[in-house]
Amino acid sequence: MKRLDYPFKKEDVKDLKVGDMVLISGKMYTGRDAVHHRIHTGTKPPIDLTNQIIYHCGPVVLEHKDGSFEVTAAGPTTSIREEPYQWEVMRDYGIIGVIGKGGMGPKTLKGCQDYGCVYMHAIGGAAQVLAERIKSVDNVYWRDLGSPEAIWELTVEDFPVVITMDSHGNSLHKEIDEISNKKLQELL
Amino acid sequence: MAKKKKATKKFTKSKPENTDKNLHDSILELLRITSTVLPDDIQEVVLDALHREQKDTSAQYAMQIIDKNIKLAETKSQPICQDTGTIVIKVYHPPGFFQLKFRKICEKAVVKATKLGYLRQNSVDSLTGKNDTMNVGNGHPQFHFIEHKKKGIDIKCMLKGGGCENVGAQYALPNTPLEAGRDLAGVRKVILDAIQKAQGRGCGPGTLGVCIGGDRGTGHIHAKDQLLRLMTDTNPIKELDDLEKDIVKTANKLGIGPMGFGGKTTLLGCKISHLNRLPASYYVSISYMCWAFRRQGVSLKTNNTISKWLY
Repeated sequence: MKRLDYPFKKEDVKDLKVGDMVLISGKMYTGRDAVHHRIHTGTKPPIDLTNQIIYHCGPVVLEHKDGSFEVTAAGPTTSIREEPYQWEVMRDYGIIGVIGKGGMGPKTLKGCQDYGCVYMHAIGGAAQVLAERIKSVDNVYWRDLGSPEAIWELTVEDFPVVITMDSHGNSLHKEIDEISNKKLQELL
Repeated sequence: MAKKKKATKKFTKSKPENTDKNLHDSILELLRITSTVLPDDIQEVVLDALHREQKDTSAQYAMQIIDKNIKLAETKSQPICQDTGTIVIKVYHPPGFFQLKFRKICEKAVVKATKLGYLRQNSVDSLTGKNDTMNVGNGHPQFHFIEHKKKGIDIKCMLKGGGCENVGAQYALPNTPLEAGRDLAGVRKVILDAIQKAQGRGCGPGTLGVCIGGDRGTGHIHAKDQLLRLMTDTNPIKELDDLEKDIVKTANKLGIGPMGFGGKTTLLGCKISHLNRLPASYYVSISYMCWAFRRQGVSLKTNNTISKWLY
């Protein structure tokens, strides 16, 4: 088990390889379809994303009477929908990586190589295990997009992920797709 | 005398039972349990899958987290998955049932369940992009009313996540690239193709509901209905039962594994049924359900309190 601790650095990312199981501690920002779409159409993100992590997630958030927030469920959402945009965010805003599920395609893989990023796979559907690792909700931006689509600033501890796309051009998703396709042809 | 008797009766009678409130509370409880507790038959196959994976692999790691998540959600009474999905409500009712009234009460329960955090605000206006209706809007929740011969009401609820819905598929046979003809051998080919194409994106290991025949609309609905069957049941049609077993066995040789990390379990189950078709069309509709297979059901007493859980 490897670790990735805040403040994150680009050098840390280079050491991460496909197949590594990693525990993340520190900060992350949720961002999914509407956030990526808005950034793509020219709006600057409301926070400095340099050396930060974007988490493809639309959490269930309860707002308490005192105005504080509590995340009660927070698993990853399918990442492939951000395939047209993700590499641009890597290029323009200096993130070190994204967390999501299901993997991403060739554009993002190239983005990971070109801009020193990594794709981290969280366990889809594991909303409770992952919500437990969220220690605080520190802020929220772009709430007009609706709660699941807003940018939630989270502090996490020992957040479990598996590296499935690294900054060296390797993708577990590409590999499994090829192997399973070959196997399928044999079995048909 | 008669008058007096009537008066006495009125006096001693306690406040009449509010069966509408009972219905609201029963639906709320059904929503809570569906969202937070995985049914026994599903838990069993998930646990089997966990034990099958090799030690110290990311596949085993994924299954361990899934197993832990199931237990945690139940203990904390919080959603297994943050994606509430489509709230599918199937109502099996006797003749003379008031559907509109049921809808209203059910919608209230859905709003309450959303406020309590059992459900995420998950219903988006497709034109404006707004998500502010607490899961009630055009087509949400999704109701199906089925008349049955029994006196009482049964309600089944399924929360069908978006990730797994996205990897569902519909094939029109014959399919030339796959060389899939209009027979069960062709059906087998397209189902396996759909599984390979889904990879881990539907939050596998998953379960398939399949419909052979019907039109594009009924095919998908009937495919999803198959997910209401118990994991442990046997298809009464021998050919389909054989095909169900063969699909699971073959899919698990593909090596896609939990989350698409590679591994032994790609598919937990497959349930196939059929509808009549037109001479011109032969659809195979496939609904993919994630490991977080959230479905539950209740039978109601005449006062609308819960008499029995169905899964």
